Amino acid sequence: MIIELGHYALVLALATSLLQAVLPIIGALRNDRALMEIGSVAAKATFLLVALSFGVLTYAHVTSDFSVQNVWENSHSQIPLIYKFSGVWGNHEGSMLLWVLILTFFSALVAVFGDNLPETLKANVLAVQAWIAAAFSLFILLTSNPFNRLLDAPGEGRDLNPVLQDIGLAIHPPLLYLGYVGFSVCFSFAAAALIEGRIDAAWARWVRPWTLAAWTCLTAGISMGSYWAYYELGWGGWWFWDPVENASFIPWLAGTALLHSALVMEKREALKIWTVLLAIMTFSMSLLGTFLVRSGVLTSVHAFATDPTRGVFILIILILFIGGALSLFAFRAAHLKAGGLFAPMSREGALVLNNLILTTAAATVLIGTLYPLALEALTGTKISVGPPFFNMTFGLLMLPLLLAVPFGPLLAWKRGDLLGAGQRLFAAVAFGLVVGSAIYYAQNGGPVMALFGIALGAYMIAGSLTELFLRSGLGKVTGAVALRRVSGLPRSVFGTALAHIGLGVTLIGIVAVTAFESEYIVEMKPGMTTDAGGYTLRFDGLRKGNGPNYSEESGHFTISRAGVDVAEAWSSKRFYTARQMPTTEAGIRTFGLSQLYISLGDGMADGGVVVRVWWKPMILCIWLGTLFMMAGGAVSLSDRRLRVGAPARAKKQKKPVLEPAQ
Amino acid sequence: MIRRLLVIVFLLLSFSPAFAVNPDEVLADPAQEARARALSAQLRCMVCQNQSIDDSNAELAKDLRLLVRERITNGDSDEAVIAYVVSRYGEFVLLTPRFEGKTLILWGAPVVLLLAGAAAMLVAIRRRTGKATGTALSADEQARLDAVLRKSE
Repeated sequence: MIIELGHYALVLALATSLLQAVLPIIGALRNDRALMEIGSVAAKATFLLVALSFGVLTYAHVTSDFSVQNVWENSHSQIPLIYKFSGVWGNHEGSMLLWVLILTFFSALVAVFGDNLPETLKANVLAVQAWIAAAFSLFILLTSNPFNRLLDAPGEGRDLNPVLQDIGLAIHPPLLYLGYVGFSVCFSFAAAALIEGRIDAAWARWVRPWTLAAWTCLTAGISMGSYWAYYELGWGGWWFWDPVENASFIPWLAGTALLHSALVMEKREALKIWTVLLAIMTFSMSLLGTFLVRSGVLTSVHAFATDPTRGVFILIILILFIGGALSLFAFRAAHLKAGGLFAPMSREGALVLNNLILTTAAATVLIGTLYPLALEALTGTKISVGPPFFNMTFGLLMLPLLLAVPFGPLLAWKRGDLLGAGQRLFAAVAFGLVVGSAIYYAQNGGPVMALFGIALGAYMIAGSLTELFLRSGLGKVTGAVALRRVSGLPRSVFGTALAHIGLGVTLIGIVAVTAFESEYIVEMKPGMTTDAGGYTLRFDGLRKGNGPNYSEESGHFTISRAGVDVAEAWSSKRFYTARQMPTTEAGIRTFGLSQLYISLGDGMADGGVVVRVWWKPMILCIWLGTLFMMAGGAVSLSDRRLRVGAPARAKKQKKPVLEPAQ
Repeated sequence: MIRRLLVIVFLLLSFSPAFAVNPDEVLADPAQEARARALSAQLRCMVCQNQSIDDSNAELAKDLRLLVRERITNGDSDEAVIAYVVSRYGEFVLLTPRFEGKTLILWGAPVVLLLAGAAAMLVAIRRRTGKATGTALSADEQARLDAVLRKSE
């Protein structure tokens, strides 16, 4: 009965979102406030209904109700409680429901906090959001219904995919979806602006915080996913250019571009039309990502769906929304007035360069991901586009961007002075070179290019601090005055600096681990030792054990340095009985920012076991940098200007405002 | 120069050699082993999703790793090893597709997009900065302005 209630709530949510999709638009056209108000009410109702539906599915999973097909296929009565919760979205149907839940959550947020938006704009935004929600609710109900029952309820479930039985599953998909789907709000704002035929300052002030919030969540989601893959897959890789990873990385690149162009638009009223287009493209990439992952068109580690009817359905959604928005753009963009002039060498110019490179990079990753599929579909020829291709093309594109990053904030708006900015960055360049060579000599013997890479990262960190240093006037004024000046700076300045510093930190991590990583593959018997990254590992022996739904074999290692024991580690191989699937649980020990990564291989006939050990120097910088980026996003988001910036509610007007904005 | 830059960036960002190699596969000569590892990272494990043979635990990947090492110990150059593997398994095995007719768009797109985008943006900025902002004053407005200026003198 409870299950049917959840099912019914989802059907009702489809109905309310259809109301929300139609009535507010009519209201906006007729300037009928009652009709427009329905948008807000319907948005809140839709969210509550989807939340109820999601709650019911969670209930079914937690109580292991195997009469529900979705629970039977993806759960087991013996798995720990947390995986019963996270198992709700550890499958196709449940993850689509989570997608819609987050979408309607954002619509409800717009409904609740959008009081200071012009009425017609708010009505149109909510309507566009509802079109998306309705399309995906219909998709769930018709092709991926999580509430389907089994006639004879089985006694035991088929278990959750063992790779997904990890705390990572509890955090990674929700964060990723918050980011992915968060861009829907930017998309809806763009579509609403096109429907209204005007973009004004209120529009820009609203789009930037949404972009920031979505971008911060997406950064967290991708970073978390990368660390999860790193420790779970047992081979120490942290980015594979897997199509599913690319599917989340492309919106991130586009979203990063959007973040920067929205800045220009808000501060300088320039790049309006481009920002609208970018907002559409960013969410389109999210939709495309959803299609790639959910349709099963790429079969990879992450893709759990393989039914073609679903693929066709999402493809239709994709074509309708992307095609619709782009046609709207084509019809309406000419009516929008571009504003704000600037010289090529200015802060605006730097942000244009940022957008140019980031969108090209996004397109490169997109083409590289789709090319093998398209080629095979058109000509039948099979080719592979793998990590070496992406590293080369993406790396080449990033190089000029990374070099330019510290220049951006130092250039003045409208007309900047490149030479002046260069002079001010001189110290940063010098610092970068010193740090680069220091680390290079400390790690002695790595490839020479690592020197350049680490110097580039250090230069970015120092360059970002240069901005704060110059703004404080330290050295010219007393310390107290400088401190007051710094504390008086808008938070977004700190946000920028933090995010750019994070980029530098991540780069250093990537370069260091790529260049200086060492690997040791040895066959060990109990009592044997091996050296790895300056430490000595002693293998103490194997122990067999049983978990709630798996059996495992764990190796114990004692790690010592210069004869002194400093740490110990367990590294395990597990075998999940229900799915007959093995997994590895690597033993990882952290020393500063570096890690020792121990993975157990096959047992040998003579009682030995293959052990793979990696010394991963400074690897934690990769994720530490993303933490800086997220902090930057959060700090920017807390900027006073963004919180109170949206203009006071516009005076009630008798006639709808249809003339283009200045 | 471009070629060197490519190599530099590749080295900068290339994935480190990985894990699935078993101790009994390793060649005695470290230089040859290093070559084998580098080549393995460029070859796809045909039965896996998006993994190189260097990364994979699959039987087929192991066979291919051994094949690569066998060709290297027989004195084949890197190019010859790759050519041999491709002749047996097809181009699908290459993780970096060759630059040829059917991959023209793949390799060309980033360059074309970047150049086209840069050109479009430069043109847009030029045209906009060259254009006068606002409209010229009408005769009437000019007269009124003159009057105001005269009054303030």
